[in-house]
Amino acid sequence: MNYTEGPEIRDTKAPAGPIEERWEKRKFSAKLVNPANKRKLTVIVVGTGLAGGSAAATLGELGYNVKSFCYQDTPRRAHSIAAQGGINAAKNYRGDGDSIYRLFYDTVKGGDFRARESNVYRLAQVSVNIIDQAVAQGVPFAREYGGLLDTRSFGGAQVSRTFYARGQTGQQLLLGAYQALERQIAAGTVTMHTRHEMLDLIVADGRARGIIVRDMVTGEIERHLADAVVLATGGYGNVFFLSTNAKGCNTTAIWRAHERGAYFANPCYTQIHPTCIPVSGEYQSKLTLMSESLRNDGRVWVPLRKNDTRAPGDIPEDERDYYLERIYPAFGNLVPRDIASRAAKNVCDEGRGVGPGGLGVYLDFRDAINRLGRDAVEKKYGNLFEMYERITGENPYEVPMRIYPAVHYTMGGLWVDYDLQSTIPGLFVIGEANFSDHGANRLGASALMQGLADGYFVLPTTLGDYLAAGPFGDVDDAAIAEAEIKVRSKIERLLSVNGTRTPDSFHRELGKLMWDYCGMERTEESLRKALERIPELRAEFWQNVKVSGTAEELNQVLERAGRVADFFDLAELMCLDALVRTESCGGHFRAESQDADGEALRDDENFAHVSAWEWGDNGPILHKETLEYEYVKMTQRSYK
Amino acid sequence: MNLTLKVWRQNGPDDAGRMVTYKVEDVSPDMSFLEMLDVLNERLILEGDDPIAFDHDCREGICGMCGMVINGVAHGEQRATTTCQLHMRHFEDGATVTIEPWRAAPFPVVKDLVVDRSAFDRIIQAGGFVSVPAGSAPDAHSVPVRKEDADAAFDAATCIGCGACVAACPNGSASLFTAAKITHLSLLPQGQPERLSRAKAMVDQMDAEGFGGCTNTGECTAVCPKGIPLETIARMNADYLKANAK
Ligand SMILES: Cc1cc2nc3c(=O)[nH]c(=O)nc-3n(C[C@H](O)[C@H](O)[C@H](O)COP(=O)(O)OP(=O)(O)OC[C@H]3O[C@@H](n4cnc5c(N)ncnc54)[C@H](O)[C@@H]3O)c2cc1C
Ligand code: SF4
Ligand code: FES
Repeated sequence: MNYTEGPEIRDTKAPAGPIEERWEKRKFSAKLVNPANKRKLTVIVVGTGLAGGSAAATLGELGYNVKSFCYQDTPRRAHSIAAQGGINAAKNYRGDGDSIYRLFYDTVKGGDFRARESNVYRLAQVSVNIIDQAVAQGVPFAREYGGLLDTRSFGGAQVSRTFYARGQTGQQLLLGAYQALERQIAAGTVTMHTRHEMLDLIVADGRARGIIVRDMVTGEIERHLADAVVLATGGYGNVFFLSTNAKGCNTTAIWRAHERGAYFANPCYTQIHPTCIPVSGEYQSKLTLMSESLRNDGRVWVPLRKNDTRAPGDIPEDERDYYLERIYPAFGNLVPRDIASRAAKNVCDEGRGVGPGGLGVYLDFRDAINRLGRDAVEKKYGNLFEMYERITGENPYEVPMRIYPAVHYTMGGLWVDYDLQSTIPGLFVIGEANFSDHGANRLGASALMQGLADGYFVLPTTLGDYLAAGPFGDVDDAAIAEAEIKVRSKIERLLSVNGTRTPDSFHRELGKLMWDYCGMERTEESLRKALERIPELRAEFWQNVKVSGTAEELNQVLERAGRVADFFDLAELMCLDALVRTESCGGHFRAESQDADGEALRDDENFAHVSAWEWGDNGPILHKETLEYEYVKMTQRSYK
Repeated sequence: MNLTLKVWRQNGPDDAGRMVTYKVEDVSPDMSFLEMLDVLNERLILEGDDPIAFDHDCREGICGMCGMVINGVAHGEQRATTTCQLHMRHFEDGATVTIEPWRAAPFPVVKDLVVDRSAFDRIIQAGGFVSVPAGSAPDAHSVPVRKEDADAAFDAATCIGCGACVAACPNGSASLFTAAKITHLSLLPQGQPERLSRAKAMVDQMDAEGFGGCTNTGECTAVCPKGIPLETIARMNADYLKANAK
């Protein structure tokens, strides 16, 4: 795949000056919209997860005329609902030395120095208000007996700053945002369009002015116009087919905006979570996360011998390889996510994996049960053990759990400036759909924080600044018609192929290819292979896919086919981005770039930048945004 | 394993609908119920038939989007389990399994097993929130909450809005869902100012949507994947009575 380089991105709109004053400064310089004018301004918000739900509710409350969209039957079901662990905030309620600066520092470092300092600092500042807002809404966070909020510590931090609601933090936070949204719907400031899928962006006179959607029940193609468009459509991990994401998660909205001129940043950064329940068969449709906390007591091992098919209990102690304890004696089973994931892959690649297909390692509680007693283990992990048993049918008190890494979160997304505005004026992107804040890796409990920071606090200010110049007048008919025709012809094309393979069968094959060649470990060779194979598979898709039914009805096959088509194009860009970045950082491990101990080797000299790809008719155009670290010094990570 | 499925097929809200029989072979006991349907659907697509429409998203038992009546029981016979978390190992080889949509007048069938549950959203719109604009919240520690209250509020708040309670209720009542929401907020200090007006508005909306009344048969809690207890309904009724007495 050919690409060219375009001019560097120089202006990110982040104010200069001391980092702790930048957001204050930006807020003050932002123009305000007079309340009477707000009613005359329409904003489209696509997505009702933590980012979109909180944004639509807040904008509605501010008095704008908001149109909200999601593909589920109700906004309460957005994928954010599945988040388990918790949400970070620099409240320092424990007095254990936490501060905004420390949260900022941990996040920049955890992101392997590939995030923008100004954004991350603001995120840490705003985190404090998020907890206040959620508590006021009635989000039932865990409490201490004294009535105050409980916190726990999470990977990558030495302080206890994670607020949680049992294992269902995402659910409770989303219900809070959803309820706020429903309140605005009742108040008439927000109109909700459920079971509607955005299929294109309308750009007129250089501004984002609306979207084309398909009513997923009737099949009707509708146009919706506005003064600004906000995309909060989540991540694209489902390009791998198997992931911890909800089944419907997709790239369509951001990809089609990319085709209209929005830059796509760092597409290759994918976070792999080390402790998921492994794949059990060809039919499997998704992967389920097991909390990382299990590694506090569980020991990870595989048989020493290759292809050892004995039951785990029949394998004597001296024929087991506790490989994490062996390779990382200091951290042992508690090494960070990327390290644990890669180590599991390596032993499985050697043929020592366990379970169906040899893609699994044991997470064994035998020693913990002997040491602490079954009751204590049950108290600590009972619900997780039950969940495991439900899915696998195996009793983890008697046989070790089997785990394997899985795709979890995508740090890449549409490029946005400090105002969360994309390269298309009037198109704002928030939550997992944008690239900002996390860098090449994401620490636990920070995605929820970012989604809500964007939606409740950042966007409402910066969007107002943009809208102060509005209303922007009538939208050019030709631009609307063109977008609508593009959408219709894509649907017609999908329906007319009438081949012999289902959309899912292509998606599975594409996903496997991405996992094998652009997954936990990438090499120049594997990426070149993928870049050869993806266009071939895409060509076959367009010649041989079978989409049953018609466009004028609820047609889940058609929905899927459209999403798979976009995944092909995105997959190609991901591989290209991974190929060009000849360094290892965070969720991007290039095998050629490692130190003598096999650890990821960053190349700050050449890659301390964001890669922002522009859609070009003759192939992608790479723009770089240089990352400057004024406050946190770039250092190599080490866990030995 | 091999199974015979009897599946409710209905083209749209106005279609009469009928049961259609399918044979599925090579079902693995490790499959989830939805994955078993995926496999059947792949075959139907290739045969040029219309695949069975059903709702789902997270497939982790938390979003509340999946849901079907399996052998006469909402979400199937296994207790405290959503359809997406139900696995085929709980079925016997050669068994016949009937699959139907949630049936309740306020949940019209959209297609096959997909129903319209937007009535639940309208119940929330009626008052299922705390009126608090973004940006104005006091420090989170300014209002302590007793741990017991917080935990009980949490238990009620875990309702995933799936609608199984309605489907299971002989009266088609939405009391368990509505009561779960009301209980969650009424147990917290944040929910007090609007407590009675909320209960009144939500219950009235529930009635307006055409859900039936509660006669304490308890079928709802029996199928609820989150184990929302019947006491929540008593709590709702108490608040509702108080609100009306005012
Ligand atoms: C199992 C799991 C556990 C996690 N645990 C944690 C945790 O403990 N802490 C943490 O911080 N993070 C966690 N995460 C990550 C976090 O949940 C997500 O990153 C975050 O919720 C994303 O929120 P969002 O609002 O950006 O997008 P989403 O919640 O994905 O919402 C996307 C929205 O966009 C809509 N949409 C998408 N495409 C279209 C379209 N074309 N047209 C119309 N609508 C569309 C959808 O309907 C949906 O409403 C977890 C993730 C997973 C998978
Ligand atoms: S109360 Fe239970 S059954 Fe009813 S909607 Fe909530 S989770 Fe579903
Ligand atoms: S698909 Fe989300 S609960 Fe079943």
